[in-house]
Amino acid sequence: MYPKELRYSKEHEWAKVEGTRVRVGITQFAADRLSDVVYVELPKVGAEVTFMESFGVVESVKAVSDLYAPVTGKVVEINDGLTEKPEVINTDPYGQAWMIVVEPRDLSELSKLLDADAYMALIGEQRS
Amino acid sequence: MKYIPATSAERERMLRAIGVPTVEDLFRDIPPEVRLRGPLDLPPAMPDPDLLGHARRLAGLNSNCDQLICFLGAGAYDHFVPSTVAHLALKPEFLTAYTPYQAELMQGELQAIFEYQTLMCELTGMDVANASMYDGASALGEAASMAADLTKRTRILVSTAVHPEYRQVLRTFTSHMRITVQDLPLSRGITAPAAALAAITDETAALVIQSPNFFGCLEDGEALAKAAHDRGALLIVAVADPISLGLLRSPAEYEADIVAGEGQALGNALNFGGPYLGVIATRERFVRRLPGRLVGRTIDTEGRPGYVLTLQTREQHIRRARATSNICTNEALNALVAAVYLSTLGRQGIQDVAELNARKAHYARERIASLRGYRPAFEAPTFNEFVVRCPVNPEEINRRLLEHRILGGLPLGRFYPELGDCWLVCVTESRTREEIDQLVGHLEALQ
Repeated sequence: MYPKELRYSKEHEWAKVEGTRVRVGITQFAADRLSDVVYVELPKVGAEVTFMESFGVVESVKAVSDLYAPVTGKVVEINDGLTEKPEVINTDPYGQAWMIVVEPRDLSELSKLLDADAYMALIGEQRS
Repeated sequence: MKYIPATSAERERMLRAIGVPTVEDLFRDIPPEVRLRGPLDLPPAMPDPDLLGHARRLAGLNSNCDQLICFLGAGAYDHFVPSTVAHLALKPEFLTAYTPYQAELMQGELQAIFEYQTLMCELTGMDVANASMYDGASALGEAASMAADLTKRTRILVSTAVHPEYRQVLRTFTSHMRITVQDLPLSRGITAPAAALAAITDETAALVIQSPNFFGCLEDGEALAKAAHDRGALLIVAVADPISLGLLRSPAEYEADIVAGEGQALGNALNFGGPYLGVIATRERFVRRLPGRLVGRTIDTEGRPGYVLTLQTREQHIRRARATSNICTNEALNALVAAVYLSTLGRQGIQDVAELNARKAHYARERIASLRGYRPAFEAPTFNEFVVRCPVNPEEINRRLLEHRILGGLPLGRFYPELGDCWLVCVTESRTREEIDQLVGHLEALQ
Protein backbone atom coordinates (compact mmCIF):
# COMPACT_ATOMS: atom_id res chain seq x y z
CA MET A 1 0.00 0.00 0.00
CA TYR A 2 2.81 2.45 0.79
CA PRO A 3 5.94 1.68 -1.27
CA LYS A 4 9.22 2.00 0.62
CA GLU A 5 10.96 3.94 -2.17
CA LEU A 6 8.52 6.87 -2.00
CA ARG A 7 8.51 9.91 0.28
CA TYR A 8 5.20 11.13 1.70
CA SER A 9 3.75 14.50 2.68
CA LYS A 10 1.42 15.07 5.63
CA GLU A 11 -1.15 16.21 3.06
CA HIS A 12 -1.06 12.73 1.48
CA GLU A 13 1.01 13.30 -1.65
CA TRP A 14 3.81 10.94 -2.63
CA ALA A 15 7.11 11.94 -4.25
CA LYS A 16 9.35 9.63 -6.24
CA VAL A 17 12.89 10.61 -7.18
CA GLU A 18 13.73 9.78 -10.80
CA GLY A 19 17.27 10.99 -11.44
CA THR A 20 17.12 14.77 -11.11
CA ARG A 21 13.34 14.91 -11.27
CA VAL A 22 10.49 14.13 -8.91
CA ARG A 23 7.25 12.42 -9.86
CA VAL A 24 4.20 13.33 -7.74
CA GLY A 25 0.82 11.75 -7.00
CA ILE A 26 -1.56 11.15 -4.10
CA THR A 27 -1.52 8.15 -1.75
CA GLN A 28 -3.89 5.21 -1.57
CA PHE A 29 -5.13 6.57 1.76
CA ALA A 30 -6.05 9.90 0.17
CA ALA A 31 -7.73 8.18 -2.78
CA ASP A 32 -9.76 5.95 -0.43
CA ARG A 33 -10.79 8.93 1.69
CA LEU A 34 -11.94 10.88 -1.37
CA SER A 35 -13.90 7.91 -2.78
CA ASP A 36 -14.65 8.03 -6.52
CA VAL A 37 -12.51 10.72 -8.12
CA VAL A 38 -14.27 12.50 -10.98
CA TYR A 39 -11.99 15.37 -11.89
CA VAL A 40 -8.43 16.60 -11.52
CA GLU A 41 -7.10 20.07 -12.23
CA LEU A 42 -3.35 20.22 -12.81
CA PRO A 43 -0.97 23.13 -13.44
CA LYS A 44 0.45 23.85 -16.89
CA VAL A 45 3.88 22.58 -17.92
CA GLY A 46 6.32 25.33 -17.01
CA ALA A 47 4.39 26.47 -13.91
CA GLU A 48 6.33 26.94 -10.66
CA VAL A 49 5.16 24.97 -7.64
CA THR A 50 6.12 25.63 -4.02
CA PHE A 51 6.68 23.16 -1.17
CA MET A 52 3.38 22.51 0.60
CA GLU A 53 1.44 25.04 -1.47
CA SER A 54 -1.48 24.08 -3.67
CA PHE A 55 -0.61 22.99 -7.21
CA GLY A 56 -3.99 21.68 -8.25
CA VAL A 57 -7.36 20.35 -7.23
CA VAL A 58 -8.83 16.88 -7.03
CA GLU A 59 -12.58 16.42 -7.00
CA SER A 60 -14.53 13.35 -5.98
CA VAL A 61 -18.24 12.64 -5.75
CA LYS A 62 -18.20 13.96 -2.19
CA ALA A 63 -15.38 16.47 -1.83
CA VAL A 64 -12.93 18.84 -3.43
CA SER A 65 -9.38 18.93 -2.11
CA ASP A 66 -6.27 20.91 -2.88
CA LEU A 67 -3.14 19.09 -4.01
CA TYR A 68 0.05 20.20 -2.22
CA ALA A 69 3.47 20.17 -3.84
CA PRO A 70 5.91 17.93 -1.94
CA VAL A 71 8.81 19.85 -3.47
CA THR A 72 9.56 23.34 -4.86
CA GLY A 73 10.39 23.57 -8.53
CA LYS A 74 9.18 23.75 -12.09
CA VAL A 75 6.55 21.47 -13.61
CA VAL A 76 8.08 19.65 -16.60
CA GLU A 77 5.37 17.07 -17.28
CA ILE A 78 1.72 16.63 -16.44
CA ASN A 79 -0.44 13.53 -16.74
CA ASP A 80 -3.03 14.48 -19.38
CA GLY A 81 -4.51 10.99 -19.17
CA LEU A 82 -6.14 11.92 -15.84
CA THR A 83 -8.54 14.32 -17.59
CA GLU A 84 -10.09 11.40 -19.45
CA LYS A 85 -9.68 8.74 -16.78
CA PRO A 86 -9.53 10.32 -13.31
CA GLU A 87 -10.76 7.00 -11.86
CA VAL A 88 -7.24 5.51 -12.10
CA ILE A 89 -6.47 7.64 -9.02
CA ASN A 90 -8.61 5.16 -7.10
CA THR A 91 -7.29 2.02 -8.79
CA ASP A 92 -3.61 2.74 -9.42
CA PRO A 93 -2.50 5.75 -7.35
CA TYR A 94 1.24 5.07 -7.57
CA GLY A 95 1.35 4.02 -11.22
CA GLN A 96 -0.97 5.33 -13.93
CA ALA A 97 -2.28 8.05 -11.63
CA TRP A 98 0.93 10.08 -11.26
CA MET A 99 0.02 13.75 -11.59
CA ILE A 100 3.05 15.91 -12.31
CA VAL A 101 6.82 15.66 -12.73
CA VAL A 102 8.80 18.47 -11.10
CA GLU A 103 12.34 19.66 -11.72
CA PRO A 104 13.17 20.53 -8.12
CA ARG A 105 15.15 23.57 -7.12
CA ASP A 106 16.72 21.59 -4.27
CA LEU A 107 16.34 17.82 -4.03
CA SER A 108 17.34 17.85 -0.36
CA GLU A 109 13.95 19.45 0.37
CA LEU A 110 12.56 15.92 0.16
CA SER A 111 14.15 15.16 3.52
CA LYS A 112 11.33 17.24 5.05
CA LEU A 113 8.89 14.52 3.90
CA LEU A 114 8.01 11.29 5.69
CA ASP A 115 9.24 7.80 4.84
CA ALA A 116 6.74 4.97 4.42
CA ASP A 117 6.85 3.93 8.09
CA ALA A 118 6.37 7.45 9.40
CA TYR A 119 3.55 8.01 6.91
CA MET A 120 1.84 4.78 7.95
CA ALA A 121 2.12 5.88 11.57
CA LEU A 122 0.52 9.22 10.60
CA ILE A 123 -2.44 7.67 8.82
CA GLY A 124 -2.74 5.07 11.58
CA GLU A 125 -3.45 7.99 13.91
CA GLN A 126 -5.85 9.58 11.41
CA ARG A 127 -7.73 6.31 11.02
CA SER A 128 -8.34 5.88 14.74
CA MET B 1 -47.50 26.96 4.86
CA LYS B 2 -49.79 29.64 6.29
CA TYR B 3 -48.60 33.15 6.96
CA ILE B 4 -51.06 33.90 9.78
CA PRO B 5 -49.43 35.52 12.81
CA ALA B 6 -50.03 34.26 16.31
CA THR B 7 -53.20 35.45 18.08
CA SER B 8 -53.09 37.24 21.45
CA ALA B 9 -54.37 34.10 23.16
CA GLU B 10 -51.59 32.01 21.60
CA ARG B 11 -49.01 34.60 22.60
CA GLU B 12 -50.28 34.52 26.20
CA ARG B 13 -50.05 30.74 26.26
CA MET B 14 -46.48 30.76 24.94
CA LEU B 15 -45.41 33.40 27.44
CA ARG B 16 -46.91 31.36 30.29
CA ALA B 17 -45.15 28.21 29.07
CA ILE B 18 -41.72 29.86 29.19
CA GLY B 19 -42.49 31.84 32.34
CA VAL B 20 -42.09 35.35 31.01
CA PRO B 21 -44.71 38.00 31.86
CA THR B 22 -44.64 40.09 28.65
CA VAL B 23 -43.15 39.99 25.14
CA GLU B 24 -41.18 43.12 26.10
CA ASP B 25 -39.28 41.02 28.67
CA LEU B 26 -37.85 38.86 25.87
CA PHE B 27 -35.79 41.88 24.79
CA ARG B 28 -34.37 42.78 28.20
CA ASP B 29 -30.84 41.69 27.18
CA ILE B 30 -30.74 44.52 24.65
CA PRO B 31 -29.35 47.70 26.33
CA PRO B 32 -32.09 50.33 26.81
CA GLU B 33 -30.07 53.05 25.07
CA VAL B 34 -30.27 51.23 21.72
CA ARG B 35 -33.93 50.30 22.09
CA LEU B 36 -36.81 52.11 20.51
CA ARG B 37 -38.49 54.32 23.10
CA GLY B 38 -42.03 55.03 22.04
CA PRO B 39 -43.85 54.05 18.85
CA LEU B 40 -42.57 54.67 15.31
CA ASP B 41 -43.51 58.01 13.77
CA LEU B 42 -46.20 56.66 11.46
CA PRO B 43 -49.70 57.84 10.65
CA PRO B 44 -52.52 55.79 12.20
CA ALA B 45 -53.69 52.65 10.39
CA MET B 46 -56.28 53.28 7.66
CA PRO B 47 -59.45 51.31 6.98
CA ASP B 48 -59.04 48.89 4.07
CA PRO B 49 -60.91 50.89 1.38
CA ASP B 50 -59.05 54.10 2.29
CA LEU B 51 -55.71 52.32 2.21
CA LEU B 52 -56.38 50.89 -1.26
CA GLY B 53 -57.45 54.31 -2.50
CA HIS B 54 -54.31 55.85 -1.03
CA ALA B 55 -52.07 53.22 -2.66
CA ARG B 56 -53.84 53.78 -6.00
CA ARG B 57 -53.28 57.53 -5.79
CA LEU B 58 -49.57 56.93 -5.08
CA ALA B 59 -49.27 54.44 -7.95
CA GLY B 60 -50.96 57.00 -10.21
CA LEU B 61 -48.02 59.38 -9.65
CA ASN B 62 -45.86 56.89 -11.53
CA SER B 63 -46.13 56.31 -15.19
CA ASN B 64 -45.34 53.24 -17.24
CA CYS B 65 -44.76 52.16 -20.80
CA ASP B 66 -48.41 51.25 -21.34
CA GLN B 67 -49.19 54.95 -20.92
CA LEU B 68 -46.08 56.47 -22.48
CA ILE B 69 -44.44 55.98 -25.85
CA CYS B 70 -41.02 54.73 -24.85
CA PHE B 71 -37.80 55.51 -26.72
CA LEU B 72 -35.62 54.79 -23.70
CA GLY B 73 -33.40 51.71 -23.56
CA ALA B 74 -29.86 51.82 -22.15
CA GLY B 75 -30.10 48.48 -20.39
CA ALA B 76 -33.87 48.11 -19.85
CA TYR B 77 -36.02 47.40 -22.88
CA ASP B 78 -39.69 47.87 -23.67
CA HIS B 79 -40.32 44.77 -25.74
CA PHE B 80 -43.70 43.20 -26.39
CA VAL B 81 -44.54 40.36 -23.99
CA PRO B 82 -46.85 37.68 -25.43
CA SER B 83 -49.82 36.58 -23.29
CA THR B 84 -48.43 33.07 -22.89
CA VAL B 85 -45.73 34.45 -20.60
CA ALA B 86 -48.03 35.62 -17.83
CA HIS B 87 -50.37 32.67 -18.35
CA LEU B 88 -47.64 30.08 -17.77
CA ALA B 89 -45.17 31.86 -15.53
CA LEU B 90 -47.83 33.02 -13.08
CA LYS B 91 -49.15 29.51 -12.43
CA PRO B 92 -48.88 29.12 -8.64
CA GLU B 93 -46.67 26.01 -8.93
CA PHE B 94 -44.10 28.07 -10.80
CA LEU B 95 -44.76 31.45 -9.24
CA THR B 96 -43.98 30.29 -5.71
CA ALA B 97 -41.03 28.06 -6.61
CA TYR B 98 -37.90 29.62 -5.26
CA THR B 99 -34.37 28.53 -6.18
CA PRO B 100 -34.31 24.73 -5.70
CA TYR B 101 -33.12 23.92 -2.18
CA GLN B 102 -34.81 20.55 -1.87
CA ALA B 103 -33.72 20.16 -5.44
CA GLU B 104 -34.80 16.68 -6.43
CA LEU B 105 -38.30 17.19 -5.02
CA MET B 106 -38.82 20.02 -7.51
CA GLN B 107 -38.61 18.18 -10.82
CA GLY B 108 -40.88 20.67 -12.62
CA GLU B 109 -38.86 23.66 -11.49
CA LEU B 110 -35.59 21.91 -12.34
CA GLN B 111 -36.86 21.03 -15.79
CA ALA B 112 -37.90 24.65 -16.39
CA ILE B 113 -34.42 25.84 -15.38
CA PHE B 114 -32.83 23.17 -17.55
CA GLU B 115 -34.87 24.42 -20.52
CA TYR B 116 -33.85 28.01 -19.70
CA GLN B 117 -30.15 27.01 -19.61
CA THR B 118 -30.50 25.23 -22.95
CA LEU B 119 -32.15 28.28 -24.52
CA MET B 120 -29.37 30.55 -23.23
CA CYS B 121 -26.80 28.23 -24.81
CA GLU B 122 -28.63 28.33 -28.14
CA LEU B 123 -28.88 32.11 -28.03
CA THR B 124 -25.24 32.76 -27.08
CA GLY B 125 -23.76 29.74 -28.88
CA MET B 126 -21.97 28.78 -25.67
CA ASP B 127 -21.72 25.23 -24.32
CA VAL B 128 -23.07 25.80 -20.83
CA ALA B 129 -25.22 28.42 -19.05
CA ASN B 130 -26.06 28.48 -15.36
CA ALA B 131 -29.48 28.66 -13.68
CA SER B 132 -29.26 32.52 -13.75
CA MET B 133 -27.86 35.30 -11.58
CA TYR B 134 -29.16 38.55 -10.09
CA ASP B 135 -28.80 40.80 -13.13
CA GLY B 136 -26.53 41.66 -16.06
CA ALA B 137 -24.22 43.85 -14.00
CA SER B 138 -23.57 41.30 -11.27
CA ALA B 139 -23.23 38.54 -13.88
CA LEU B 140 -20.44 40.64 -15.39
CA GLY B 141 -18.78 40.92 -11.97
CA GLU B 142 -18.94 37.13 -11.62
CA ALA B 143 -17.51 36.69 -15.11
CA ALA B 144 -14.55 38.92 -14.20
CA SER B 145 -13.84 36.96 -11.04
CA MET B 146 -14.12 33.73 -13.04
CA ALA B 147 -11.60 35.01 -15.60
CA ALA B 148 -9.14 36.06 -12.89
CA ASP B 149 -9.40 32.61 -11.36
CA LEU B 150 -9.01 30.83 -14.71
CA THR B 151 -6.00 32.83 -15.89
CA LYS B 152 -4.39 33.41 -12.46
CA ARG B 153 -4.12 37.06 -13.50
CA THR B 154 -5.39 40.14 -11.69
CA ARG B 155 -6.31 42.87 -14.18
CA ILE B 156 -9.60 43.37 -15.95
CA LEU B 157 -9.58 45.71 -18.92
CA VAL B 158 -13.06 47.08 -19.56
CA SER B 159 -14.15 49.13 -22.54
CA THR B 160 -15.81 52.44 -21.64
CA ALA B 161 -18.45 51.47 -24.21
CA VAL B 162 -19.72 48.94 -21.64
CA HIS B 163 -22.80 50.16 -19.72
CA PRO B 164 -21.49 52.66 -17.11
CA GLU B 165 -23.57 51.05 -14.37
CA TYR B 166 -22.24 47.59 -15.23
CA ARG B 167 -18.72 49.01 -14.93
CA GLN B 168 -19.57 50.51 -11.56
CA VAL B 169 -20.91 47.19 -10.28
CA LEU B 170 -17.86 45.42 -11.74
CA ARG B 171 -15.61 47.69 -9.66
CA THR B 172 -17.64 47.21 -6.49
CA PHE B 173 -17.80 43.48 -7.07
CA THR B 174 -14.07 43.00 -7.50
CA SER B 175 -12.86 45.67 -5.05
CA HIS B 176 -11.87 43.17 -2.35
CA MET B 177 -10.67 40.40 -4.65
CA ARG B 178 -7.20 41.68 -5.53
CA ILE B 179 -8.55 42.44 -8.99
CA THR B 180 -7.86 45.82 -10.61
CA VAL B 181 -10.31 47.18 -13.15
CA GLN B 182 -8.88 49.42 -15.82
CA ASP B 183 -10.91 51.46 -18.34
CA LEU B 184 -10.16 51.23 -22.04
CA PRO B 185 -11.12 54.52 -23.77
CA LEU B 186 -13.41 54.22 -26.76
CA SER B 187 -12.84 55.57 -30.20
CA ARG B 188 -15.74 56.84 -32.35
CA GLY B 189 -18.33 54.93 -30.36
CA ILE B 190 -16.56 51.58 -30.44
CA THR B 191 -13.68 49.72 -28.81
CA ALA B 192 -10.67 49.89 -31.14
CA PRO B 193 -8.93 46.48 -31.42
CA ALA B 194 -5.52 48.17 -31.80
CA ALA B 195 -6.06 50.13 -28.59
CA ALA B 196 -7.15 46.95 -26.83
CA LEU B 197 -4.07 45.08 -28.03
CA ALA B 198 -1.83 47.89 -26.80
CA ALA B 199 -3.49 47.94 -23.36
CA ILE B 200 -3.56 44.17 -22.72
CA THR B 201 -0.54 42.94 -20.75
CA ASP B 202 0.58 39.63 -19.25
CA GLU B 203 -1.36 40.66 -16.16
CA THR B 204 -4.68 41.05 -18.00
CA ALA B 205 -7.15 38.32 -17.11
CA ALA B 206 -9.86 39.50 -19.47
CA LEU B 207 -10.97 42.14 -21.91
CA VAL B 208 -14.58 43.11 -21.29
CA ILE B 209 -16.70 44.47 -24.10
CA GLN B 210 -20.42 44.88 -24.69
CA SER B 211 -21.99 44.24 -28.08
CA PRO B 212 -24.10 45.98 -29.20
CA ASN B 213 -22.35 48.38 -26.85
CA PHE B 214 -23.85 51.06 -24.61
CA PHE B 215 -24.11 53.40 -27.64
CA GLY B 216 -25.90 50.72 -29.63
CA CYS B 217 -22.87 50.15 -31.86
CA LEU B 218 -21.70 46.68 -32.85
CA GLU B 219 -18.16 45.86 -31.79
CA ASP B 220 -15.62 43.99 -33.91
CA GLY B 221 -15.84 40.92 -31.68
CA GLU B 222 -13.53 38.81 -33.80
CA ALA B 223 -10.64 41.30 -33.76
CA LEU B 224 -11.15 41.99 -30.06
CA ALA B 225 -11.19 38.28 -29.24
CA LYS B 226 -7.95 37.86 -31.16
CA ALA B 227 -6.37 40.80 -29.31
CA ALA B 228 -7.27 39.20 -25.97
CA HIS B 229 -6.25 35.66 -26.91
CA ASP B 230 -2.91 36.76 -28.40
CA ARG B 231 -1.87 37.80 -24.91
CA GLY B 232 -3.42 34.88 -23.06
CA ALA B 233 -6.41 36.90 -21.81
CA LEU B 234 -10.07 35.91 -22.08
CA LEU B 235 -12.81 37.84 -23.88
CA ILE B 236 -15.91 38.57 -21.81
CA VAL B 237 -18.89 39.85 -23.77
CA ALA B 238 -21.73 41.66 -22.03
CA VAL B 239 -25.08 41.56 -23.80
CA ALA B 240 -27.66 44.09 -22.62
CA ASP B 241 -30.46 43.08 -24.99
CA PRO B 242 -30.25 39.37 -25.89
CA ILE B 243 -32.92 39.83 -28.56
CA SER B 244 -30.07 41.26 -30.64
CA LEU B 245 -28.70 37.71 -30.84
CA GLY B 246 -31.67 36.77 -33.03
CA LEU B 247 -29.97 38.74 -35.78
CA LEU B 248 -26.30 39.20 -34.90
CA ARG B 249 -23.46 36.69 -34.82
CA SER B 250 -23.36 34.92 -31.48
CA PRO B 251 -20.43 35.64 -29.13
CA ALA B 252 -19.38 31.99 -29.54
CA GLU B 253 -18.92 32.54 -33.28
CA TYR B 254 -16.31 35.21 -32.63
CA GLU B 255 -14.58 33.13 -29.95
CA ALA B 256 -15.79 34.87 -26.78
CA ASP B 257 -14.93 32.91 -23.63
CA ILE B 258 -17.66 34.12 -21.26
CA VAL B 259 -20.97 35.80 -22.03
CA ALA B 260 -22.57 37.85 -19.25
CA GLY B 261 -25.90 39.34 -20.07
CA GLU B 262 -29.07 40.99 -18.92
CA GLY B 263 -32.10 38.82 -19.67
CA GLN B 264 -34.82 41.37 -18.84
CA ALA B 265 -35.56 41.89 -22.53
CA LEU B 266 -36.67 38.26 -22.78
CA GLY B 267 -40.29 38.57 -21.67
CA ASN B 268 -39.63 40.31 -18.36
CA ALA B 269 -41.41 43.56 -17.62
CA LEU B 270 -39.42 46.73 -16.97
CA ASN B 271 -40.28 46.26 -13.27
CA PHE B 272 -39.01 49.73 -12.27
CA GLY B 273 -35.45 48.45 -12.66
CA GLY B 274 -35.66 45.06 -10.99
CA PRO B 275 -35.80 42.18 -10.34
CA TYR B 276 -33.89 41.47 -13.53
CA LEU B 277 -32.23 38.37 -14.92
CA GLY B 278 -28.50 37.72 -14.93
CA VAL B 279 -27.34 35.46 -17.73
CA ILE B 280 -23.92 33.81 -17.70
CA ALA B 281 -22.67 31.26 -20.19
CA THR B 282 -19.27 29.85 -21.07
CA ARG B 283 -17.23 27.13 -22.74
CA GLU B 284 -17.48 23.60 -21.42
CA ARG B 285 -13.81 23.60 -20.43
CA PHE B 286 -14.55 26.43 -17.96
CA VAL B 287 -17.62 24.80 -16.41
CA ARG B 288 -15.91 24.17 -13.06
CA ARG B 289 -15.42 27.92 -12.65
CA LEU B 290 -19.00 28.77 -13.58
CA PRO B 291 -20.65 30.38 -10.54
CA GLY B 292 -24.06 29.53 -9.12
CA ARG B 293 -26.43 26.68 -9.70
CA LEU B 294 -26.45 24.36 -12.64
CA VAL B 295 -29.23 21.93 -13.50
CA GLY B 296 -28.39 18.71 -15.31
CA ARG B 297 -30.48 15.98 -16.84
CA THR B 298 -29.78 12.37 -15.91
CA ILE B 299 -31.53 9.02 -15.51
CA ASP B 300 -32.53 7.34 -12.27
CA THR B 301 -31.85 3.72 -11.22
CA GLU B 302 -34.85 2.61 -13.27
CA GLY B 303 -33.72 4.43 -16.38
CA ARG B 304 -36.28 7.24 -16.14
CA PRO B 305 -35.13 10.77 -17.02
CA GLY B 306 -34.83 13.20 -14.14
CA TYR B 307 -33.24 16.52 -13.25
CA VAL B 308 -30.62 17.27 -10.60
CA LEU B 309 -28.40 20.09 -9.43
CA THR B 310 -25.12 19.07 -10.97
CA LEU B 311 -21.41 19.79 -10.43
CA GLN B 312 -22.23 21.10 -6.98
CA THR B 313 -18.58 20.79 -6.00
CA ARG B 314 -18.20 24.21 -7.67
CA GLU B 315 -20.37 25.69 -4.99
CA GLN B 316 -19.34 27.05 -1.66
CA HIS B 317 -21.22 24.51 0.45
CA ILE B 318 -18.65 21.96 -0.75
CA ARG B 319 -15.78 24.06 -2.03
CA ARG B 320 -16.14 26.53 0.83
CA ALA B 321 -13.54 29.30 0.79
CA ARG B 322 -12.10 28.05 -2.50
CA ALA B 323 -15.33 28.52 -4.45
CA THR B 324 -15.13 31.14 -7.21
CA SER B 325 -18.39 32.74 -6.18
CA ASN B 326 -20.66 32.99 -3.17
CA ILE B 327 -23.94 33.16 -5.08
CA CYS B 328 -26.21 30.34 -3.93
CA THR B 329 -29.46 31.37 -5.51
CA ASN B 330 -30.89 32.31 -8.87
CA GLU B 331 -33.67 34.44 -10.36
CA ALA B 332 -35.93 31.45 -10.87
CA LEU B 333 -39.11 33.26 -11.89
CA ASN B 334 -37.35 35.68 -14.26
CA ALA B 335 -35.50 32.75 -15.83
CA LEU B 336 -38.78 30.90 -16.25
CA VAL B 337 -40.29 33.97 -17.92
CA ALA B 338 -37.35 34.08 -20.34
CA ALA B 339 -37.79 30.37 -21.11
CA VAL B 340 -41.52 30.76 -21.78
CA TYR B 341 -40.87 33.87 -23.89
CA LEU B 342 -38.26 32.20 -26.08
CA SER B 343 -40.30 29.01 -26.41
CA THR B 344 -43.29 31.08 -27.54
CA LEU B 345 -41.23 32.88 -30.17
CA GLY B 346 -39.29 29.88 -31.40
CA ARG B 347 -36.24 29.95 -33.63
CA GLN B 348 -37.92 31.93 -36.43
CA GLY B 349 -39.78 34.22 -34.04
CA ILE B 350 -36.68 35.55 -32.30
CA GLN B 351 -35.14 36.31 -35.69
CA ASP B 352 -38.28 38.12 -36.80
CA VAL B 353 -38.46 40.19 -33.61
CA ALA B 354 -34.76 41.06 -33.88
CA GLU B 355 -35.18 42.12 -37.49
CA LEU B 356 -38.19 44.30 -36.62
CA ASN B 357 -36.10 46.02 -33.94
CA ALA B 358 -33.30 46.73 -36.38
CA ARG B 359 -35.61 47.94 -39.19
CA LYS B 360 -37.64 50.27 -36.99
CA ALA B 361 -34.57 51.65 -35.24
CA HIS B 362 -32.87 52.30 -38.57
CA TYR B 363 -35.98 54.04 -39.89
CA ALA B 364 -36.02 56.27 -36.79
CA ARG B 365 -32.29 56.93 -37.08
CA GLU B 366 -32.63 58.06 -40.68
CA ARG B 367 -35.67 60.24 -39.99
CA ILE B 368 -34.04 61.95 -36.99
CA ALA B 369 -30.74 62.41 -38.82
CA SER B 370 -32.56 64.16 -41.64
CA LEU B 371 -33.78 66.87 -39.24
CA ARG B 372 -31.89 70.15 -39.22
CA GLY B 373 -29.19 70.14 -36.51
CA TYR B 374 -29.43 66.42 -35.76
CA ARG B 375 -26.81 63.93 -36.90
CA PRO B 376 -25.71 60.41 -35.93
CA ALA B 377 -22.84 60.62 -33.40
CA PHE B 378 -21.08 57.48 -34.63
CA GLU B 379 -20.95 55.70 -37.97
CA ALA B 380 -20.59 52.13 -36.65
CA PRO B 381 -23.48 49.75 -37.44
CA THR B 382 -26.25 49.62 -34.84
CA PHE B 383 -29.08 47.31 -33.74
CA ASN B 384 -32.03 48.89 -31.90
CA GLU B 385 -30.25 51.81 -30.23
CA PHE B 386 -28.30 54.70 -31.67
CA VAL B 387 -26.80 58.01 -30.56
CA VAL B 388 -27.69 61.33 -32.15
CA ARG B 389 -26.10 64.72 -31.59
CA CYS B 390 -28.82 67.26 -30.92
CA PRO B 391 -29.09 71.03 -31.49
CA VAL B 392 -31.09 71.33 -28.23
CA ASN B 393 -30.01 70.03 -24.80
CA PRO B 394 -31.25 66.40 -24.64
CA GLU B 395 -32.54 66.91 -21.07
CA GLU B 396 -34.70 69.75 -22.41
CA ILE B 397 -35.86 67.60 -25.33
CA ASN B 398 -37.02 64.95 -22.87
CA ARG B 399 -38.90 67.46 -20.74
CA ARG B 400 -40.76 68.74 -23.79
CA LEU B 401 -41.49 65.23 -25.14
CA LEU B 402 -42.92 64.12 -21.81
CA GLU B 403 -45.62 66.80 -22.23
CA HIS B 404 -46.71 64.75 -25.24
CA ARG B 405 -46.51 61.50 -23.26
CA ILE B 406 -43.32 60.43 -24.99
CA LEU B 407 -40.46 59.01 -22.93
CA GLY B 408 -37.34 60.22 -24.72
CA GLY B 409 -33.90 58.65 -25.01
CA LEU B 410 -31.05 58.85 -22.50
CA PRO B 411 -29.06 62.12 -22.36
CA LEU B 412 -25.50 60.76 -22.34
CA GLY B 413 -23.96 63.77 -20.57
CA ARG B 414 -24.98 62.16 -17.30
CA PHE B 415 -22.42 59.37 -17.86
CA TYR B 416 -20.09 60.92 -20.45
CA PRO B 417 -19.56 64.67 -19.88
CA GLU B 418 -17.90 64.98 -23.31
CA LEU B 419 -21.12 63.73 -24.94
CA GLY B 420 -23.34 66.45 -23.49
CA ASP B 421 -25.27 66.98 -26.75
CA CYS B 422 -25.75 63.24 -27.31
CA TRP B 423 -29.01 61.39 -26.93
CA LEU B 424 -29.21 57.56 -26.85
CA VAL B 425 -32.46 56.52 -28.55
CA CYS B 426 -33.96 53.02 -28.46
CA VAL B 427 -36.61 51.71 -30.84
CA THR B 428 -37.99 48.25 -30.17
CA GLU B 429 -40.52 46.22 -32.16
CA SER B 430 -43.20 47.71 -29.90
CA ARG B 431 -42.89 51.14 -31.52
CA THR B 432 -45.16 51.72 -34.49
CA ARG B 433 -44.25 53.76 -37.52
CA GLU B 434 -46.86 56.34 -36.43
CA GLU B 435 -45.17 56.65 -33.03
CA ILE B 436 -41.76 57.14 -34.65
CA ASP B 437 -43.20 59.78 -37.01
CA GLN B 438 -44.85 61.45 -34.03
CA LEU B 439 -41.47 61.63 -32.24
CA VAL B 440 -39.83 63.09 -35.34
CA GLY B 441 -42.65 65.62 -35.69
CA HIS B 442 -42.20 66.83 -32.11
CA LEU B 443 -38.42 67.08 -32.54
CA GLU B 444 -38.95 69.16 -35.64
CA ALA B 445 -41.43 71.42 -33.85
CA LEU B 446 -39.21 72.05 -30.84
CA GLN B 447 -36.27 73.47 -32.74
